Amino acid sequence: MDSWEQATLALQLVAIDPGLGGITIRARSGPVRDRLLALVDPAARKLHPAISDEALFGGLNLAATLENGHIVQEQGLLSHPGALILTMAERASTALAARLAIALDAGQHSLIALDEGAEPDEALDAKLAERLAFHVDLSELSINNLSAQDTVNRATSDLRTITHNPDILHQITAIATQLGIDSLRAPLFTLRAARALAALLGRDRVTSDDLETACALTLAHRATRVPEPEPQEPEAPPPEQDDAQNNQDTADLPDELLLDAVRAMLPDNLLERLAAQKARQGRGNGTGAARKGNRRGRPLPSRAGRLSDGARIDIIATLRAAAPWQTIRKQATGRDTLQIRPSDIHVKRFEEKSDRLLIFTVDASGSSALSRLAEAKGAVELLLAQAYARRDHVALVAFRGTEAELLLPPTRSLVQTKRRLAALPGGGATPLAAGMVTAYEQATQAQRRGLTPTVAILTDGRANIALDGTANRKQAAIDAQQIARLLRAGNIATLVIDTGNRPEPALRELAQTLAATYLPMPRADAKRLSQSVATALGD
Amino acid sequence: MTQPFPFSAIVGQEEMKQAMILTAIDPSIGGVLVFGDRGTGKSTAVRALAALLPPIRAIKGCPVNSEKAAQVPDWASLKTKRAHDMPTPVIDLPLGATEDRVTGALDIEKALTKGEKAFQPGLLARANRGYLYIDEVNLLEDHIVDLLLDVAQSGENVVEREGLSIRHPARFVLVGSGNPEEGELRPQLLDRFGLSVEVASPKDIDTRVDVIKRRDAFENDNAAFMLRWQAEDAAIRDKILTARKALAKLKTTDSILHDVAELCLALGSDGLRGELTLLKAARAFAAWRNDTALTRAHVRAVAPMALRHRLRRDPLDEAGSGTRVARTVEEVLG
Repeated sequence: MDSWEQATLALQLVAIDPGLGGITIRARSGPVRDRLLALVDPAARKLHPAISDEALFGGLNLAATLENGHIVQEQGLLSHPGALILTMAERASTALAARLAIALDAGQHSLIALDEGAEPDEALDAKLAERLAFHVDLSELSINNLSAQDTVNRATSDLRTITHNPDILHQITAIATQLGIDSLRAPLFTLRAARALAALLGRDRVTSDDLETACALTLAHRATRVPEPEPQEPEAPPPEQDDAQNNQDTADLPDELLLDAVRAMLPDNLLERLAAQKARQGRGNGTGAARKGNRRGRPLPSRAGRLSDGARIDIIATLRAAAPWQTIRKQATGRDTLQIRPSDIHVKRFEEKSDRLLIFTVDASGSSALSRLAEAKGAVELLLAQAYARRDHVALVAFRGTEAELLLPPTRSLVQTKRRLAALPGGGATPLAAGMVTAYEQATQAQRRGLTPTVAILTDGRANIALDGTANRKQAAIDAQQIARLLRAGNIATLVIDTGNRPEPALRELAQTLAATYLPMPRADAKRLSQSVATALGD
Repeated sequence: MTQPFPFSAIVGQEEMKQAMILTAIDPSIGGVLVFGDRGTGKSTAVRALAALLPPIRAIKGCPVNSEKAAQVPDWASLKTKRAHDMPTPVIDLPLGATEDRVTGALDIEKALTKGEKAFQPGLLARANRGYLYIDEVNLLEDHIVDLLLDVAQSGENVVEREGLSIRHPARFVLVGSGNPEEGELRPQLLDRFGLSVEVASPKDIDTRVDVIKRRDAFENDNAAFMLRWQAEDAAIRDKILTARKALAKLKTTDSILHDVAELCLALGSDGLRGELTLLKAARAFAAWRNDTALTRAHVRAVAPMALRHRLRRDPLDEAGSGTRVARTVEEVLG
């Protein structure tokens, strides 16, 4: 079954049983996705990631209320059961994901999440993805390769009357365990999908085919490990079925066959996806750059504005603005009540701090390793303890040999950071530019997510590997300068810590290009280093 | 699916269930924090908790669920003050709830259409005398956390905004759940939770199959399933009521108090809240078990859940704090 068939089948199954939660469709917008969405129930309502609570849950329609002089309520998108489409699902905030998750748990809605993420770590919030039974990836499909006709069938038998062999519960659970799926939602989805499939095909009992398809559809994308093919057991032939009427039944289906069905669907890049899943973590609040918003944070003076995108009204300021006009308005309308026009409305403004992300970019090359790697590690550990107190996020990039590696995507789990850091080996050349590129990528990604990144580069500055991986000292320096200009243009705060035995002039130059704080640490112990860094970061 | 999954039908997760029962027996223990992976039944258990709680007597229509007519706040402007039995409130605090949804604020509808200055109570008012449930508590915005801490400490919600000056009682039991991978919880908020439990997916196939079976029955054979398990829930509820009565008669010897203090000292938990909670939880546990005197066995049974989250956290310590508690319990109590 190719991914197009999967997608259309999944749509049909969700239409039959909304309890399946829904589908994550990973694809950029394009003809393939449009064609799939044309199959969705036209009554489905669309959400966007920045949707406000009023639009979701309903609330007071202020403009209409003022106009008519009596309360006009608006209905929210979640007020009626039905299918929802979430566009740009990878941009949905944790708060929105939590609300939708609660709505899905109530069992009234199904959700089609359109995940347009381009990078592996841009994806739907894990909490929400967990509650959707299916995941299909259409990004590799071309519209030219699709068959001309799509068939959409409706359920031909009643879902509630479908029976299943109780033994299949054992099978489903065993397979989920073999695939390393911890969550118990997964096997429940498998069962539901199998039943919906039977309903779709007009059967009154779940067959082995249904089960096989259901396993492939619901389990493959959740797998966290590739199951080992079990050694064949020669002495265990499938038991003879006595019951002739049951020969289409599922009990005679060996687990291995089901597992094969799933294995066939396992994505090739399973390991990459696992790494990406780790990066996809929720976030709360900490300290970082201030940004102005209209929902939370420290209050600022209110000002005239429209009540849109979740802004909150400042009642006192609004009334104050309306007060001088009351006599005129009463004469004009002849009504003797308080008269407020939309133009009087003042909205509140708040200043909010965004989270800070510290990206440690550590030089693990041979020249560093000899002298200073241990010290640098110690300093990072001390900074981590501080980051914990300030609820900062941290990421860890190490570079050595010919390339840089993101050892730890942005996280708040300090235990993990420490573990990765301790395991970091030293040796090899110094691809400084590559390290800075990885740090830059992380920093821009963090900015897009509303974090405030700070890059701390710990190196002895003897860059000798250029970006293309060749050993060319001159080109390496030029590359590093170029990335430095990129970082500066991106307005990313940086900090350069010279861990060499003697201060390196080239590194000071680099720091100037970066407009970064330069800290030469010829004989620093970890503690002093961390103090200087903390000062430089403005704690 | 309006009825939540019955509490008694939850397979395994004994520690979590025990902690919830203890806090139902003695609400002054102060709530439960459930930390664990996705799909381990955290939310299910909390939503099921409501069915276990005995009804409370409250004035009908009172926004803060007052017990007596005299306690109804004057801003509520109730016409009749008749008491009725209502289920213990279990209020969901959604992530990203705004400050005025939580504390209450000026009623905009009334202000704009009638020109009245009226107070619209928030979630804290509705949670008074009941439970406040926060899913994904570790992702809660910091300023909401500050606000909750303040209210949880004083038992009173003070609203001073938009020309309103209102205070009303807000005594509630905090129940939180979250996934530790997604972020840590501030120690101040951690300390507010009486008990904390860590849940994991069951590893053994039979248990997992049981979970699936029951969930399947819940969804496809709801009537029969509910009939069966609601009876079990009722039995637990009765047992909770019996235990509440027994709690008053329970004897606590000085030697147990000594044990409790010594244990907390050895663990270096901050403040005295650890001792108090441990003692209360142990007493509730003894009452639940129908024992007449508090013994070391009770303390030992509840020590991990009462103390696990109170240890001074070493952010770089890799061993779970649960094991540290267990080790110290072995050392101190022998």
